[in-house]
Amino acid sequence: MDRPHISIQGLQKQFPGTDRPTFDEVWFNVMPGEFVCLIGHSGCGKTTLLNMLAGLERPTGGAIIVGGQEVTGPSLDRAVIFQSHALLPWMTVMGNIAFAVRSKWPNWKSAQVASHCQKYIDLVNLTGAEAKRPVHLSGGMKQRVGIARALAIQPGIMLMDEPFSALDALTRGSLQDELVSISTASRQTTFMITHDIDEAMLLADRIVLMTSGPDARVAEIVENGLPRGRTRAELHHYPGYYHLRNHLLDFLVRRPAGRPADPRHPPSTRIGAEH
Amino acid sequence: MSGRIADLKAVMLSLLLFALFLGAWHLAVTGSGTAANVDPEYARLMGAAAMQGTSAMPGPVDIAVRLADLLAHPFYDRGPNDKGIGIQLAYSLGRVLLGFGLAVTLAIPLGFVIGTSPLLHKALDPFIQILKPISPLAWMPLALYTIRDSGKSAIFVIFICSVWPLLLNTAFGVASVRREWLNVARTLEVSRLRLAFRVILPAAAPTIMTGLRISIGIAWLVIVAAEMLVGGTGIGYFVWNQWNNLSIADVIIAILLIGLVGMALDQILGWIGRRLGYQE
Repeated sequence: MDRPHISIQGLQKQFPGTDRPTFDEVWFNVMPGEFVCLIGHSGCGKTTLLNMLAGLERPTGGAIIVGGQEVTGPSLDRAVIFQSHALLPWMTVMGNIAFAVRSKWPNWKSAQVASHCQKYIDLVNLTGAEAKRPVHLSGGMKQRVGIARALAIQPGIMLMDEPFSALDALTRGSLQDELVSISTASRQTTFMITHDIDEAMLLADRIVLMTSGPDARVAEIVENGLPRGRTRAELHHYPGYYHLRNHLLDFLVRRPAGRPADPRHPPSTRIGAEH
Repeated sequence: MSGRIADLKAVMLSLLLFALFLGAWHLAVTGSGTAANVDPEYARLMGAAAMQGTSAMPGPVDIAVRLADLLAHPFYDRGPNDKGIGIQLAYSLGRVLLGFGLAVTLAIPLGFVIGTSPLLHKALDPFIQILKPISPLAWMPLALYTIRDSGKSAIFVIFICSVWPLLLNTAFGVASVRREWLNVARTLEVSRLRLAFRVILPAAAPTIMTGLRISIGIAWLVIVAAEMLVGGTGIGYFVWNQWNNLSIADVIIAILLIGLVGMALDQILGWIGRRLGYQE
């Protein structure tokens, strides 16, 4: 058995001026090359948890261990795709990606930076838009730049904070398909926050379900039993699709707020495989 | 297309208003009939103007003639009290640019530091709030006393009056850089220097440019008053000197040129600001 790539151990966040932590005693692991989605209601501290993984916020209790070392700050090895894409509006598409690439490899020559950036611009199907500024891009194109920027620094871990939630359904669908093919090819360790059940079922190997805050915990971890190589077009034809979907939907509708008996070992089930 | 037609209409209306203004001015200064009851002694003092009932105030035609005359030889120099209008403007511009340049070199770095440190911001704010509303003329005696050089004093007064809006705007712009942009830089482990020059300053550039425009506007306002006090050269001195000579035409022309140069300075910075700005 591999050692986990990311190990979240008893994580807690209590904001100043509140008497109860937003979440507490959160334990789960992400294995190398695994794609894990986190689903939970708003207010359970999902974004805070992701920011802690990114090193942008410090926990008030517990620790995050990545590759055997505790996370104490941001790192180029953990790339973040932000919900709001967070492109720098005074830079072009190429400039935004090159900014990240030069941060990772400060000694590279301009030509080397440009060809490396071009590779990732082509990968996210933005060829031809290199010289455009973010204001001239659609929402979907902006998020593609965000994805290219994160991939271009070749991080060990990708962190995504509801990357497609601000997009319309069609754009979201095509970006999800691209993400499937990219992540299948790279087998990168990926942690993604979402509130879209279908997105989680399409992308994730395991789905972490969190109870509502305050005092949110991991309620359950669901292993995605649907066969690998899923596509959006075929997803709902898999035999286990409705079983898995109903299970996740029930969880969201029931809005459980209770604490599991043992927060270190939340119940883990494999759902969606053929019966 | 409709935008261009609207622009054209606005230009036509501007020209019409200008023509009306010139016409009214011309009529106002052209006397009608003779002035009957004039004290003979007053008439002797005032010369022809009083006798003919016309005003000593020059009309638009006089101004145009005088302007053409001044602009024909803008750079002549016949001693301390007789220099071309171009030379006077150049002196004023030189002082403004020196004082403004000093203000920029101090205000942008200091504003940057204040903007990144809430502690410094709070600590320095009372001083800035007190110093900001002080009139340039109030500084002048103190400047003359301590610096003991009228030319340098004028530059100091420009500096001290134009530094505040720039300082405050820079600090505000730096302090309100979007958190997500800073977060991007942090996840990329960007060095402090790169963070300053590639993220914070470009993000704050529009606010800083607004500060620059306000500052140069103030500097240009202050220079006329300062030069009236310190004398010697400059457009402010020219205005005062021509007032003492009672050449009202020259005073009016100077007013016109001060307005035009001030507008040009503002437009230049506005153009630079549009180049440095960004759209979201």
